[in-house]
Amino acid sequence: MRELAKMVIVLTVLSSLSGGLLAMLREKTQDRIEQQVLEFVKGPAIRKILAGAANDPIADRFTLADGEAKRSFFVGKYDGKPDVVAFETFAGGYGGDVGLIVAVAVDTDQIVGVGVTTHNETPGVGAAVETDVGFIRQFTGLDIASGPKVTKDGGSINAISGATITSRAVCAAVGKAGDLYKRLKPEILKQLKTFSG
Amino acid sequence: MAKTVTQEFVKGLWAEIPPFRLVLGLCPTLAVTKTVEDGIGMGVATGFVLVCSNLLISMLRNVIPSKVRIACYIIVVATFVTVVELLMQAFTYPLYLSLGIFIPLIVVNCIVLGRAEAFASKNKILPSIADGLGIGIGYTLSLAALGAVREVFGSGTFLGNPVFGPSFQPFTFMVQAPGAFVCLGLMLCLMNLAGKK
Repeated sequence: MRELAKMVIVLTVLSSLSGGLLAMLREKTQDRIEQQVLEFVKGPAIRKILAGAANDPIADRFTLADGEAKRSFFVGKYDGKPDVVAFETFAGGYGGDVGLIVAVAVDTDQIVGVGVTTHNETPGVGAAVETDVGFIRQFTGLDIASGPKVTKDGGSINAISGATITSRAVCAAVGKAGDLYKRLKPEILKQLKTFSG
Repeated sequence: MAKTVTQEFVKGLWAEIPPFRLVLGLCPTLAVTKTVEDGIGMGVATGFVLVCSNLLISMLRNVIPSKVRIACYIIVVATFVTVVELLMQAFTYPLYLSLGIFIPLIVVNCIVLGRAEAFASKNKILPSIADGLGIGIGYTLSLAALGAVREVFGSGTFLGNPVFGPSFQPFTFMVQAPGAFVCLGLMLCLMNLAGKK
């Protein structure tokens, strides 16, 4: 009986100490980790799309509640006016979700550019979305609400050869971005005002 | 039989160097040694976990009931692995991305649990730290050496810097899984030749 009690006590104490330590460390590192994820996962795509912006879009960001979820928006300033927002959406590709950054000019509702952040597509086939400039460029200048489709589905986007599913995922992510933008536009405009000047 | 602290430390560098002498922990050895940098990162992470878990387990060796010792070791090891994971995410995010799943897998690395069971649970604190440090540094050296061979021949670079002229055709076989086996086998063979008297 004493042995049993000792086992239970040792395991309990050890587990709670471990849990406490990890919770504390998580609390301490959380902000930094978020910063790192932004910098290394979304950062490259955002900086590429908003290359001409006068500010640092990673630093100038705000979050909005979208139902349950929280969305981050990155602000791009052109000619001193914060009129471009970039945000991330996801759509199912061939190997899981494809993450896409979509940048929109708020005065015209036109897409400034899109860029793939995370994906798990087949190397050499679907993975080309990351590098295929010609494919990605097709979205630039489209209306955000137009809901682009690949030519196979009756749309105007030329899919990457051999990677229709991946191309569809990018179109779907743009479509979702359109919905999200429409839903949150009033609040986005309100937030953007705080970045002007 | 009682060895000095220095002896405990030195044995990890040659006489019991993992994974060549103690053929343990082969999963990360084969998977993450595509480049020198990944090898060193993995080695240092494992070494840190080894030293900390050896220290704590040695401190608690008279408290932990023998019937639940493995469970206790796993809690201790898992805690330190999570610490490493959080710190890596916070400070060296690109390394965290390239090591990926192999960081959490240190928990089930036979070297760590093996040292806890075979050494730290029977020895005093100081020799246990020396043992963990020695084995950890030995592991780092091995992974770096393996990573160096594979990176130089497989991608023609060393720590990301090209070592051959532009006409070099990378020996891609070396950065794939079978290359890891062949390379490990050859190095083991050389080690045995060198160690033979």
